[in-house]
Amino acid sequence: MEKRYWNEYQKEIADDHYFYERSCIRQTFFPGSEAAFLRILRDELGKDICDNPHQHTCTGIGYHSDVVPFETTMTVVARLFALMTEAGYENYVPSCVTSFGVFSEMVEKWEHDPELLAKTRQWLWEATKREFNIPKNIAHPSDIIYKNRFDLQPKMKYQLVNRFTGKPLRVVEHIGCHYAKIFPDKGIGKAEFPYVLAGMIEAWGGEVIDYPERRHCCGFGFRQYLVRENRGYSVSNTKKKFESMEPYEPDFILTNCPGCAMFMDKWQYTIAEMENKTFDHEGYGIPVLTYEELTGLLLGYDPWTLGLQLHQVQSEPLLEKIGIAYNPGEKYKGISGRLLPRPASPECLKQI
Amino acid sequence: MKDFGYNISKGRSINLDEYRPEKVDRLLEAVPSYKWCIGCGGCTATCTAGGLTDFNIRRIHNAFFRGQYAGFAEQLDHCMLCGKCLLVCPRGVNTRALIINMRRILEG
Repeated sequence: MEKRYWNEYQKEIADDHYFYERSCIRQTFFPGSEAAFLRILRDELGKDICDNPHQHTCTGIGYHSDVVPFETTMTVVARLFALMTEAGYENYVPSCVTSFGVFSEMVEKWEHDPELLAKTRQWLWEATKREFNIPKNIAHPSDIIYKNRFDLQPKMKYQLVNRFTGKPLRVVEHIGCHYAKIFPDKGIGKAEFPYVLAGMIEAWGGEVIDYPERRHCCGFGFRQYLVRENRGYSVSNTKKKFESMEPYEPDFILTNCPGCAMFMDKWQYTIAEMENKTFDHEGYGIPVLTYEELTGLLLGYDPWTLGLQLHQVQSEPLLEKIGIAYNPGEKYKGISGRLLPRPASPECLKQI
Repeated sequence: MKDFGYNISKGRSINLDEYRPEKVDRLLEAVPSYKWCIGCGGCTATCTAGGLTDFNIRRIHNAFFRGQYAGFAEQLDHCMLCGKCLLVCPRGVNTRALIINMRRILEG
């Protein structure tokens, strides 16, 4: 029997009473995902989660781009932990994979260097007159969904099955590098066999595609992207992944990182525009979903409330395959009920 | 095509399903010792032509196996067939025969 090495490692994930920290990128590009996560936790799983309005960036993007000093990042992280402490929570849940990496790094650093921790406490006190406790548990939201995947499954209206063929949908899962490549023991299955998304896909009826560049970076890479002239590095990386997965004909891509979801979605338009190339048969591109969007869709949440219309690659063909009901007329309806202007459609990447 | 101010570089990965393995098979048939090579580079280090030109037996050996034949014929023409590489090879690979047969196979 094939040995499944990931089985040997399961990280500790707190069971309840979470302090949530939102992501800079996700609130901009996938605003429905975080709302869906809170709804799933509170309404479907009955968990207690605090969404504090005073939260702020973790500095992750600036930190990994070498524009924010390490000491500044430590103090900003300390302030976020102070908010958690003041709210009476001990389990920290950062929405972003990069934030998750940053928090894990700072806690690790403080454990090895107590003097640095003392200095950070002093800097935070001087700047804000706040004090903080280090969280007892730091888990990524994808860890929590993974942990509860079998509890969510009976509540789901849909399965990851192609209703036209009756076969499981073929899914590419992409884990953010900062989830387990920085500290392997912080990820389910460590860095080599991360199972956090694969576990969801398999539990909900889908089939995970194992392709050559499965563990390759999505291409975000912070510094590779920030300066326009360098973006060729980023898009070339992403194209390498798409070329590798293309022969396996994935129905969609599932990610747990804000940067990965954004770049694997948006670069499909860029590659189509620059090289007239799409990585599916029909020229629509491969839909990219966050794990909250997928969970929400299967639970029967409205695709437009989840924010799928904000993606570059549109997801209607995928919704049709799963058999998810949706109203095309409400796709661009705002919260007020008024129809918003329809966005321009590129010719190189077909839109519905 | 739109210009965004940056380019997409071509990947350097080698798809072993796309190259023509029959050339490797023909070479293996003609020079069975081809498969004994461990890539130590002794041949390249001792090569007279390599000291005067960009001829590199080790690189050619790898490139041929990977199906990367671009610019190959010109490279092979630099070899003077002196056979010093054959004397130093720790695995007994018939490197001279390798070069001659590569030329034949590539010519058609």
